[in-house]
Amino acid sequence: MKQLLIFIRKETYHIFRDKRTLLILLGMPMVQVLLFGFAITNEITNARIAILDQSKGEMSRNIIQRFTASGYFEIDENLQSLSDIERHFRQGKTKLVAVFPPQLEENMKRNVPAKIQLVADATDPNTATTLINYASAIIGRYLQEQSHGQAVPLAINTEVKMLYNPRLKSVYMFVPGVITIILMLMSAMMTSIAITREKELGTMEVLLVSPLRPSTIIIGKVIPYIVLALAMAAIVLLLGAFVFNMPIRGSLVLLIAECVLFVITSLSLGILISTRTETQQVAMLISLMALMLPTILLSGFIFPIESMPKVLQILSNIIPAKWFIIIIKNVMLRGTGFSFIWKETLILLGMAMFFIAASIRNFKIRLA
Amino acid sequence: MLPAITADKLTKRFGDFTAVNQITFEVKKGEIFGFLGANGAGKTTAIRMLNGLSRPTAGKAQVAGFDVYRQTEKIKRRIGYMSQKFSLYEDLTVRENIQFYGGIYGLPLAEIRRQMKQLVAGLGMEPYARNLVKSLPLGWRQKLAFSISIMHNPEIVFLDEPTGGVDPITRRQFWEMIYKAANEGMTVFVTTHYMDEAEYCNRVSIMADGRIAALDTPHALKEQFHATSMNDVFLNLTRPGRQAS
Repeated sequence: MKQLLIFIRKETYHIFRDKRTLLILLGMPMVQVLLFGFAITNEITNARIAILDQSKGEMSRNIIQRFTASGYFEIDENLQSLSDIERHFRQGKTKLVAVFPPQLEENMKRNVPAKIQLVADATDPNTATTLINYASAIIGRYLQEQSHGQAVPLAINTEVKMLYNPRLKSVYMFVPGVITIILMLMSAMMTSIAITREKELGTMEVLLVSPLRPSTIIIGKVIPYIVLALAMAAIVLLLGAFVFNMPIRGSLVLLIAECVLFVITSLSLGILISTRTETQQVAMLISLMALMLPTILLSGFIFPIESMPKVLQILSNIIPAKWFIIIIKNVMLRGTGFSFIWKETLILLGMAMFFIAASIRNFKIRLA
Repeated sequence: MLPAITADKLTKRFGDFTAVNQITFEVKKGEIFGFLGANGAGKTTAIRMLNGLSRPTAGKAQVAGFDVYRQTEKIKRRIGYMSQKFSLYEDLTVRENIQFYGGIYGLPLAEIRRQMKQLVAGLGMEPYARNLVKSLPLGWRQKLAFSISIMHNPEIVFLDEPTGGVDPITRRQFWEMIYKAANEGMTVFVTTHYMDEAEYCNRVSIMADGRIAALDTPHALKEQFHATSMNDVFLNLTRPGRQAS
């Protein structure tokens, strides 16, 4: 026990004396959250659109005004004829053109179906779909208000309710993702580097010749990084909560406990990597290549797992991050308790046990 | 008196390659035993088998009276080791290194404090005790590393090329430290490239191609090979192309 404390103290010196790495470690989560939160977003604001208003009536004016008032759109130009549309898109000035036909107002009054045409530049399909959805929603809401509860020509109206994230904020998706990736990468990479560094410097040999038990060496190495990883998780959570108003609806204790479990899983993966590698560079490369890409691509962080090919769906099951993202989204956004996530928790626990067992085995073989 | 180290046909193979081939020798207590050989002759592998880092493929060996196969934990408490690579933490201060290594060998705090004073004073490093090891010259670091490796008063200390890259004056001082430790009864097992250092040893063994080619006192070896210096003995035994006898 005393030896363990001495070892942890030594490891803490290493961490705090390497100021540059420490700065990167604590700064990176902040930069990532802010980047993901502000820059990489599916929301579109102030998109430039063009209007071709042939009806020139009160209705079209009102709708155009709502477009600008929504904050999503900015009127770039009022077009004069249909032939302008093509020219306008080619110049790349706008992403969307709304065309109000000449008979719009008359048709509405006579209860004849009225058509407003939305033309989008689909070179970027996601943006085009999003813009069309925004515009349709604005027009739909206007028409509904106009009818004052009277029967609308189109008999069926769908009412959409977005649960847990009513404003469809992408931050809600990115914060859990960023926490997951940071915890995974930092834990696995930092431990694998910390252990291989001793191998490279030759101090590992001296430690192995000393009466220290291998388990003491590993636990002593890992504990400071658990603390560091949790500090990083806290930074991300605080930023999410205070900068992006991300809610934590479930129990905070449960959230922290799950974070600790995931950190331990990742750390044990890092130890496993370090038992198999001799240099820091190889350890870092393996951590990055073997962990980062699958974690980002297959965890459901960016790409929904449901829409992947069957093979990748099956493969995604062995990615620890997948299970942690499910857990963390449940706790933070849905506010569910442990009874809803015990299965995922158990899977992570099993993975951690497996990695720890495998690395202890490997570590001993190296000793022999 | 029981010998400090005995090796009987100790062998280590890596696949088809035999790094250490049936070496047999004894090291007496309190002796300075030189372990010579060209690069790749198997010196480091032999040391690693004796201090428990590597499991022998065949043969028998005892260190401090304990078996290297089954009693490595007991051996570890009784030996000190200074590896070929630098074995202190460069981003820790002199004091912190002493505290750390004293601590992992389970020395009581009071003992560590006493040793710290003595050790730092003995090396004349009082003004630098709170400096990072990284800032010290190589020779000082090696002397410090040696002092730390014998801090827990081991029965046997293994030194794997301890004076590599160190200037002649510091090497001289280093050997004075080794003599002092040996006079206090410690057994010193040292590998080296420097033939003048071989002359300082009580007995030397010269390894070539994984075998012990010769083993005796420096004086006897020189007579045996009609050489005037250990350098000539060494070249005679390890010259490329020569079959190990």
